[in-house]
Amino acid sequence: MANVLDVITWMMLSLGGLVMLIGGIGILRMPDFYSRLHPASITDTLASLLILGGIVLQAGWSLASLKIAAILLFLLFTNPAASYALANAAWTAGLRPETKINNKE
Amino acid sequence: MFILFGVFLLTFLIIISVAIIRVKSLFSAVMLSGIFSLLMAANFFILDAADVALTEAAIGAGITTVLFLAALALTRETEQRETHSRVPLLVLAIAAAPIIFATFDKPRLGDPNAPVHQHVAPWYLEQTPELIGIPNVVTAVLGSFRGYDTLGEVFVIFTAGIGVLFVFGVHQRKAAISGGELAQQARGIRHHLIPRIIGKIFIPVILLFALYVQFHGEYGPGGGFQAGAIFAAGLILYSLLEGVDKALQKFPPKVLPWFVASGALLYALVGFVCLALGGNFLDYSVLHSNPVVGQHIGLILIELGVGVTVFGVMLSIFLAFAARESK
Repeated sequence: MANVLDVITWMMLSLGGLVMLIGGIGILRMPDFYSRLHPASITDTLASLLILGGIVLQAGWSLASLKIAAILLFLLFTNPAASYALANAAWTAGLRPETKINNKE
Repeated sequence: MFILFGVFLLTFLIIISVAIIRVKSLFSAVMLSGIFSLLMAANFFILDAADVALTEAAIGAGITTVLFLAALALTRETEQRETHSRVPLLVLAIAAAPIIFATFDKPRLGDPNAPVHQHVAPWYLEQTPELIGIPNVVTAVLGSFRGYDTLGEVFVIFTAGIGVLFVFGVHQRKAAISGGELAQQARGIRHHLIPRIIGKIFIPVILLFALYVQFHGEYGPGGGFQAGAIFAAGLILYSLLEGVDKALQKFPPKVLPWFVASGALLYALVGFVCLALGGNFLDYSVLHSNPVVGQHIGLILIELGVGVTVFGVMLSIFLAFAARESK
């Protein structure tokens, strides 16, 4: 049983790290602010879910798990809200997405 | 593994500090300094200084960033470049060289024979369970053994708050509100549904967490400084979401200085009560027939004083900046 948990934890942690890495590459490679926000926000949320989930599996039924779960809940709420606020602030400040039509002028 | 984390974090710290100096946009510099504080907090945490890490995360990464942003709203967004002379760099290099040289003589991290572990630290560690009876030695040292220093720190924060209030003054705000059009800008981001709902869910939780940090400080990391900062951060979030005007209605400029003063006074008062009961200044053992319980009572009271003052100062500094911003 413990072995199975270890394997699942290992998989979740490495998958989380991979997702984070893809997100990082995405932020570097994407052309403009809004498309960069896409890898930044989505991969962050998914990766924190995977990594913290993996840690919860290792911690078992304990107070530590409860605390990690609370952190996870916090991240699940605030990450998308922060991305929304970021995108909204950029829009309000007058930044428009790069499109082909925009680029022609 | 520990060394790896440490080197990783310190390398990032150096990169970010160079970036802070080089970057031209002041907004970027503020954001980078927030990241710097967060990395610093992680650094403190892997050094097992959880109390300091909590303070750094709450004050350095949280409140300082918001204060810088509020200050930036009063000034320009980009740095004014001047032709720098090389003299300051030379002076800094000369001053830094002996310090760097001195670090070679430092004992290794965690060396039990280091002087710092030979002096009073063992006494604190051994006597805390007996004399104070609480698990968190940091709180015992901060509140009881070195109570004088902490009293001094509280009065430093008190003085800083008073100084900012003197320079900025929240009071002129009243006239601005009746102006009407100005209130338009200061309404925060109330019209955005998502941040508002998230804020509504989380502000009570943040305040509750602050109270937990306050009253659990004897048993876990935390205490008055951290709790005051977190409580203030929760209310700063409120005023960012709902607008400065509404926050000023909830916490009128007349009320906040009372918070600032009463916390520091409560701390000093505990000291004088100890004197009146026949003990030394800030010797809490006389507060109860059982000295250990007396220490508990004293610690809870002075931590409350610290928390109230820190909260009052942080919130009034923020409101002083923010209220001025929309003028």
